[in-house]
Amino acid sequence: MKLHPMIAALRKHKAGVVLIALQIALTLAIVCNAIFIIGQRISRVNRPTGLDESNLFLVSQQWVGAPSADSADGVAKLDAMQKEDLVALRNLPSVASVAPINSLPLLNSSWIGSVSLKPDAKFSDKAGNARTAYYFTDEQAMSTLGVKLVAGRWFNAGDVQHQGFRDNPPHPVVIVTKAMADKLFPAGDAVGKAVYADGSSSPSTIVGVVARLQVPATGSWVNDFAWNATLIPTRLNSNGSRYAVRAKPGQLEAAMKAVAPTLYRVNPLRVLDDDSVKSFADIRAKAYRADVGMAILMGVICLVLLSVTAAGIVGLTSFWVGQRHRQIGVRRALGARKVDILHYFQLENLLIAGSGALIGIGLALALNLWLMRHYEMDRLPLPYTLIGVLAVLVLGQCAVFVPARRASNVPPVTATRAV
Amino acid sequence: MFAYYLDLAWRSLKRTPILAGLMVLAIALGIGASITMLTVLRNLSGNPLPGRSEVLFHPQVDPRPADLPGAKEEPPDDLTYLDAVNLYQLGIAPRRAVMSSNWLPVRKDAPDSPLAMFSDRATTADFFAMFGVPFVYGSAWSAQDDANHAQVVVLSRAMNQKLFGGENSVGKTLVIATKTFRVAGVVDDWNPQPHFYDLNGGAYGKGEQMYLPFFTWLDLPQDYGYGPMQCWGNDPNAGTHDPKAKQCTWAQFWVQLDTPAQVADYRAALNQYSAQQHQLGRYQRAPDVRLRGLLDWLDAKHVIPVTVRMQTWIAFGVLLICLVNTVGLMVAKFLRKSGEIGVRRALGASRRAVFTQCLVEAGVIGVAGGLLGLPLAWLGLWMVRQQPVSFAASAHFEPSMLGAALALAVLSALAAGVWPALRASSVAPALQVKSL
Repeated sequence: MKLHPMIAALRKHKAGVVLIALQIALTLAIVCNAIFIIGQRISRVNRPTGLDESNLFLVSQQWVGAPSADSADGVAKLDAMQKEDLVALRNLPSVASVAPINSLPLLNSSWIGSVSLKPDAKFSDKAGNARTAYYFTDEQAMSTLGVKLVAGRWFNAGDVQHQGFRDNPPHPVVIVTKAMADKLFPAGDAVGKAVYADGSSSPSTIVGVVARLQVPATGSWVNDFAWNATLIPTRLNSNGSRYAVRAKPGQLEAAMKAVAPTLYRVNPLRVLDDDSVKSFADIRAKAYRADVGMAILMGVICLVLLSVTAAGIVGLTSFWVGQRHRQIGVRRALGARKVDILHYFQLENLLIAGSGALIGIGLALALNLWLMRHYEMDRLPLPYTLIGVLAVLVLGQCAVFVPARRASNVPPVTATRAV
Repeated sequence: MFAYYLDLAWRSLKRTPILAGLMVLAIALGIGASITMLTVLRNLSGNPLPGRSEVLFHPQVDPRPADLPGAKEEPPDDLTYLDAVNLYQLGIAPRRAVMSSNWLPVRKDAPDSPLAMFSDRATTADFFAMFGVPFVYGSAWSAQDDANHAQVVVLSRAMNQKLFGGENSVGKTLVIATKTFRVAGVVDDWNPQPHFYDLNGGAYGKGEQMYLPFFTWLDLPQDYGYGPMQCWGNDPNAGTHDPKAKQCTWAQFWVQLDTPAQVADYRAALNQYSAQQHQLGRYQRAPDVRLRGLLDWLDAKHVIPVTVRMQTWIAFGVLLICLVNTVGLMVAKFLRKSGEIGVRRALGASRRAVFTQCLVEAGVIGVAGGLLGLPLAWLGLWMVRQQPVSFAASAHFEPSMLGAALALAVLSALAAGVWPALRASSVAPALQVKSL
């Protein structure tokens, strides 16, 4: 089939052609960016934290009337209370292991600092400096969190200290994530090297490197250091505490239920409410609620736009079929097969949708630039544009099929009738 | 004549129900989307305290060091403890309130009752009168209670329901952070949106659970946590959650100023105070004060979430695409009637009459689209409320949007109809009549 007569025919009804092409272009512009937003949110939600998330839960509790962490005496008492809690939880039959910890990935409660290669570093120094989130925990954290050690050794009981949460004593040993080790020591020889935390003058020796561990915050402000975590073998003492608990396989619910009565038996003067015992699945769901909501909303908008556009194509093509009833009859009478008529309308639609898509790619990129400037979007990668183009082309073909088949069913005898 | 055109439009639409339905549906979808987002935008940018917003002002002073790296031009939103106390004692505003948000463990005053954490606002007596907080039972505490560090508490209706089953609890006692507090009053559901007086935790969200006197709260241990602090410098206390730290801002402060003269006087007093602190060597920067009215303050803080603005643009994008779609369908619709139009023109109808008739038809489609768009907007708002965002609860339908939805629908349908109507009215009568 030659394109020339088709283009000549299209020029007869420029208005409709331009409108369909324009509509397809606008739809493509929005749909491309919406699919991109959906894709970004999905990849955010699916990134692994580095933890073994099943059977893991977090206990956050607060003592009432506890001594202040500002005096050495108070810190010692708070630590004794925390150790009592740890013993009680570790003795639960449904519990595999427990580690005190100040936060967990996705919890959005962080202790952020910066670790440097030199002592007394200033925060403004860029070189040899890595922003990081600290996890204060103990020797049981590896099995509790399920993180994977890739170099060096894990903490042993002798490494573990305790401190008031406002104090800043030296921390002789630390474990860092691989992302962080690679940033500070690109040669890959981080184990055994000394680093200095938060402009401190006393060194911390890196004893081990874990494969992956996400920082607690999920906002876009941590994008630069989302995998830079530092583990410190220290129990933090304040009037509240958090415990990461790994339940034995299949006993998550039993372990979670047992926590409140056990801790109340140790010391009733504390606050444990509905939010105090949370499975990691809940922490994950809460952290990514807004992302999932945005992805669903964008999905709905895509669907609405695509159906409106499809309806527009059906409407206009039906009108054209009606208008060209007689011409179709003449073509059939002159020997065109049904499938020729069908193909004619399909190819015509492909032509219009294709030119609309070309304009649409330009609009999509422009919209993306505008979103990047005003709403912290990233650059639209090519695959998303191609997916969008493919989507509108397929949509056009689906929408044109019904009216085109009606056209192909016009009997040749129409040619002989007066209109 | 208009009635006749209406009749013609109705007949014409009935003849092509599918095409007409598609046009109405397209307009309805576009209107539904844009009215949903307009309503959300309107809800979010509304005046949180109509009638009182004109007399409420937010003073800011700048206590930061001269060479603080990365410091913005704008003075901090909140005050340091020292400035909060000094400005509180500067008695020239008719009403003033210093405040902060915090969390405290609370239990009923009965043995073995369980403890639970509640969020509370530590503030001073004028808070209630100044912001017009309605009381169900009892009343606010007095300025004398503030001065005496009295252990009194004002509960929200929800918290009174939880702890006392909703009865009049005035005079009863509660144990807050191991101290005994007497209930002075219970306030009705009061939760202005945006949450103008303290934007630190986001501008929208849940209301306060209880209120304590500010200076009484300072006597309690602060370990249970309180609103965000901004600190600077090498003060050993900075960042260690000591509310009295010299180099940390965390307290909100509001004043009521009834006349422009009072506003001018207060601004002068703020400048004078800053100059005095500068002379004393406490402030390193030259006096830099702000005294914004409530609505200016909300403007300056850009309280409307970025995602809402983006979604509003997207909604109008949807409306635009729906309109382009409608234009295409209308061209098809009107040109299909070319024969009829040709006859009318041959019988003496002017171009103008044909044009008007087509526009009336577009208007009818617009009205129908608007009517169908309203339930869609209602559905859209329901979807917004299901979203896990802090402003979800404030997305509710407003009667004033009914008119706006219909007007927007008719206007957009007419705009979409102009060009197709022009094309229809330029049909050459002779050609059409010949082919009949």
